[in-house]
Amino acid sequence: MDNSIIYGAIALMGGLGIILGVIIALFVKIFRVESDPRVDLALELLPGANCGGCGRAGCADFAKALAQGEVSPANCPVSSLEQIAAISKALGIDAGEVERKQAVVCCRSYIGEVKKMNYNGVQDCVAANLVAGGPDACRYGCLGLGTCARKCPFGAIEIIGQVAVVHRELCVGCGKCAEVCPRGVIKMVPADADYHVFCNSPEKGASKRLFCKAGCIGCRKCEKVFGSNFNVSGFLAAVDYTAGKLDKEDVEKINCPVGCLLSVEERLEAAYAKVKEVNQ
Amino acid sequence: MDSLSQNSEIKLPTGKNLVLSSSPHLSTGANLRKIMGGVLIALIPAIIASGYFFGFRAIFIIVYTAFCCAAAEAVWCAFAGKPVWKNVGDLSAVLTGVLLALCLPVSIPLYVPPIGAILAIWLGKQVYGGLGNNPFNPALVARVGLLIALPAAMTLWIPSRGMMKNDYPERNKFFSTPDAVTSATPLGIAGTAEKIVDRSEKAQKNFDAIENNELLKRCFWGDRAGCLGETSVFALLIGYAILVLLNLINWRVPVIFIGTVAVFTAIINACFPGVTPGASFHILNGGLFLGAVFMATDMVTSPITGSGCVVFALGCGIVTSVIRIWGNYPEGVSFAILFMNAMVPLIDRWCGRRPFGYVRQRKESVK
Amino acid sequence: MNKSSRDVMTFSGGIHPVGDGKDLTCKSAVRTAPLLERYFVLLSENAGKPPVPVVKKGDEVQKYQLIAKADGFVSANLHAPTSGIVGGITEVPGPMGIPAGAVEIIADGEDAGEPPYEPILNWENADPAILRQRVIDAGLVGMGGASFPTHVKLALPEDKKIDTLILNGAECEPYLTADHRLMVEMPEKVACGAAIFARIIGVRMPRIGVEINKGDAIENLERFEDRYGVDVVPLQVRYPQGSEKQLISAITKRAVRSGCLPMDSGCVVQNVGTAAALYDAVVRGIPLVERIVTVTGDVVVSPGNWFLKIGTPAIEAVKLAGGVTEEPGKLIFGGPMMGFAQKSFAVPVAKNTSGILLLPAKLSVNYEASGCIRCGRCVQGCPMHLMPCLLSTAIEADRFDLAFQNHVMDCMECGSCAYVCPDHRPLVQNIRRAKAELRKQLDNGRK
Repeated sequence: MDNSIIYGAIALMGGLGIILGVIIALFVKIFRVESDPRVDLALELLPGANCGGCGRAGCADFAKALAQGEVSPANCPVSSLEQIAAISKALGIDAGEVERKQAVVCCRSYIGEVKKMNYNGVQDCVAANLVAGGPDACRYGCLGLGTCARKCPFGAIEIIGQVAVVHRELCVGCGKCAEVCPRGVIKMVPADADYHVFCNSPEKGASKRLFCKAGCIGCRKCEKVFGSNFNVSGFLAAVDYTAGKLDKEDVEKINCPVGCLLSVEERLEAAYAKVKEVNQ
Repeated sequence: MDSLSQNSEIKLPTGKNLVLSSSPHLSTGANLRKIMGGVLIALIPAIIASGYFFGFRAIFIIVYTAFCCAAAEAVWCAFAGKPVWKNVGDLSAVLTGVLLALCLPVSIPLYVPPIGAILAIWLGKQVYGGLGNNPFNPALVARVGLLIALPAAMTLWIPSRGMMKNDYPERNKFFSTPDAVTSATPLGIAGTAEKIVDRSEKAQKNFDAIENNELLKRCFWGDRAGCLGETSVFALLIGYAILVLLNLINWRVPVIFIGTVAVFTAIINACFPGVTPGASFHILNGGLFLGAVFMATDMVTSPITGSGCVVFALGCGIVTSVIRIWGNYPEGVSFAILFMNAMVPLIDRWCGRRPFGYVRQRKESVK
Repeated sequence: MNKSSRDVMTFSGGIHPVGDGKDLTCKSAVRTAPLLERYFVLLSENAGKPPVPVVKKGDEVQKYQLIAKADGFVSANLHAPTSGIVGGITEVPGPMGIPAGAVEIIADGEDAGEPPYEPILNWENADPAILRQRVIDAGLVGMGGASFPTHVKLALPEDKKIDTLILNGAECEPYLTADHRLMVEMPEKVACGAAIFARIIGVRMPRIGVEINKGDAIENLERFEDRYGVDVVPLQVRYPQGSEKQLISAITKRAVRSGCLPMDSGCVVQNVGTAAALYDAVVRGIPLVERIVTVTGDVVVSPGNWFLKIGTPAIEAVKLAGGVTEEPGKLIFGGPMMGFAQKSFAVPVAKNTSGILLLPAKLSVNYEASGCIRCGRCVQGCPMHLMPCLLSTAIEADRFDLAFQNHVMDCMECGSCAYVCPDHRPLVQNIRRAKAELRKQLDNGRK
């Protein structure tokens, strides 16, 4: 074969490439969109999960707002304290007070603890809740169909024994789960709080007891022992997170008679144990 | 409540078995298996006809292909973690297998149906997410795939019963390809031999030869070379009647499909003599009836609305005619249906129903 | 006019349920129920605000006495179904699945009480305002299903021109025959009630739509056509013929626009049961304290129709019907197409409870989360001309915006789509979910 054809082809294609490359380079220069370098900087430092937990349309939108000074870096629920500090430093702004939140599913009605009806339909909490107020006897507890788990961008919620449980180490507190839960059983609590009341039903203790063995009965024992740390309204106790931290000793001192006062870790352990027990 | 039931002799419900579910609480009792089974019943005349005209091997090929498809479905479901029995049990894979077998020639080597089954079930259906999500008819995907990959095996036509004076024993050879005493399909003759000859009087004469009444009558009953299920128009018409009676298809689709082909080819035949044979030849030959009755009416891959089905059938008819008259392949039904399958989302968009209580112009202003 | 020669009217779309179970009860005459010990009159039974109780624990009440007063415009009065003592304002399992407030009446066995209102025998010449006040006093609500206070539907804005009053006697729901029996046995009440309604809203010739499977009802009603100036319209048997918009479309050929009320098309629709209750309120002066209820189902020993006092627990109704042959798989208040599954047999009968239906487990549909095969039966069946299969698929993928574009909000949840779905997909439930989500989003958007 005549080599000149090959050389010709190389020259043609190479020349074409160079010419087009130059044109592209020119276009990039001419039509360049001026962007705030601070936006790119912030975007680089943000986690990039696009979870929407800050209330913005994603990390890029948040970075834009950051650069314009509309929001504080602390509004990003996903970034760690160090990351927030890094962003503040890079942008030269003050992050202000950082309050971390975490989700807690305030229900511990594992299998068999609460009466459930036979349910036949869409496996989604919102849909199930529309059918006669949901299949379980308690109308405040976790339905356990996993709408929150599917919605969580971080995979932090697991359905164990028909009840959702938040994995504390994975939860960043974006609040998506609390938003979708039709029962409002997922609460956003300060991330450093260890102990929570795992019940959400303000119903009378006695009527609650008829169908749920796991609910708070409103005995006010916790309030008697550590009055300042608890609010009991009606038949439901709640930890007052503003009144200081509860530690293990305090909780042991209270010794909740129904066992509603638990840490997230204890709650997880109990759930796994219960599932194991039922499977055997 | 307990005291009540003790005091009275009547049996009162305790409510322990009550099920909560959204309304409605009744249903027609129809299910997938019944639908697929109904279509299979409608295919029985075509299966019998294929056995009559092509020998016992035809029946064997049909059963074998159906089995291959069911097996392919079971294997996929097992690996994908889907319930195997539920998916195989709805008979959709078996139906795909029978339809695929009816698109194969009787001389097909036995290694082809498993390949076809994998093409149909895996590539045609399961990769899209299983039954209901496949944009293309799985049986046709397999047929076209095989036609392109193995053209020789797919177009080796064995003459049917009446075409040979003496019975042709090779038809019943199961495990080896019958030695070819081949015979072209009438459409093949029209498509290949005459298309080369331009619009001459000679071509027209040739068309007249293959369009004679005797031959058309044979085509109607099914005594011609061709795929297993496509030859007997009579058997397919019985199947059509069954489908319509069981309310499994939109009866307009086959009628419009075939009607469009008839009108289109008749016009071309009348305006440009020597380009193509007449309408009756086109209707009775090739896979038109099989495609129109059983493939174009496939629920999954045809439009949802009635008006959409009309558009779909029209499109199928036109594309089929165009391929048959001007295309490289003598037969265009499969390509036409697959092409229109691809158009279905668009057709669904165009032919959506106007909801009750909407006036055309006001559509946007309603919140 | 000869009715049989006239066209039998209907609407487009819809389904025809086969084996509709009406033959279980359509021949059984309405019976009176024996007096019970206790009644639980639900407070929150009408759509809108619940009425406020005006009695307290230990009070003695007479039959027909007012026990709860309407609170606001969209609310209805409640009256004691029998004489006795108020056992308290308690919580009972409500028909919507959640506990509901109720007035407990412990019957004294006398069932004594005078009609509290002056009978208006000369209603033909009465002031419509007085008649309308009677509707409010007697606590009338729509007895077909929605339980919307009747006087709200009668309070027509000045700018709306109403020319047609339609009485809904279609009773398209399978199994239910309460309205059927009412029209067969008390046609005069229905016809007269229709005429009173017509007087209130100032139209002539109210039209009573009845499906032709109730031939005896049509015959009986036609005897009163001339006396009360009503027009009985035979309708084709087709579900959901009894839906307001579909009924208007069938009888007047008008389409109520999306998002509009029937009154925007010049129509008012009332249930035949409400008409009969209006007759009682006006001509006899008694408020709404009992209604005809069909107690039926394939597991019920002797299904039938009964006059049940409002507040009768479901279990008592089942007892009247001779109990069950086997444990029911579903307890439904209302019909099988739009009725609500109940959690408990303690739920009391409300003013809108047209039927108590006990379905065996094998008859009720078993919903599955399998894929749509695009058969298009739901599209053919949808009376609102929507595409339920596409809506459902979009909703399952959380694409509520897509569902909204495809007019999911126009769905009235009649259940035709899920009824015909060969794959038993929970179409209606998906659509309900989307509607709930979209309403939430719209509310948030407004804030």
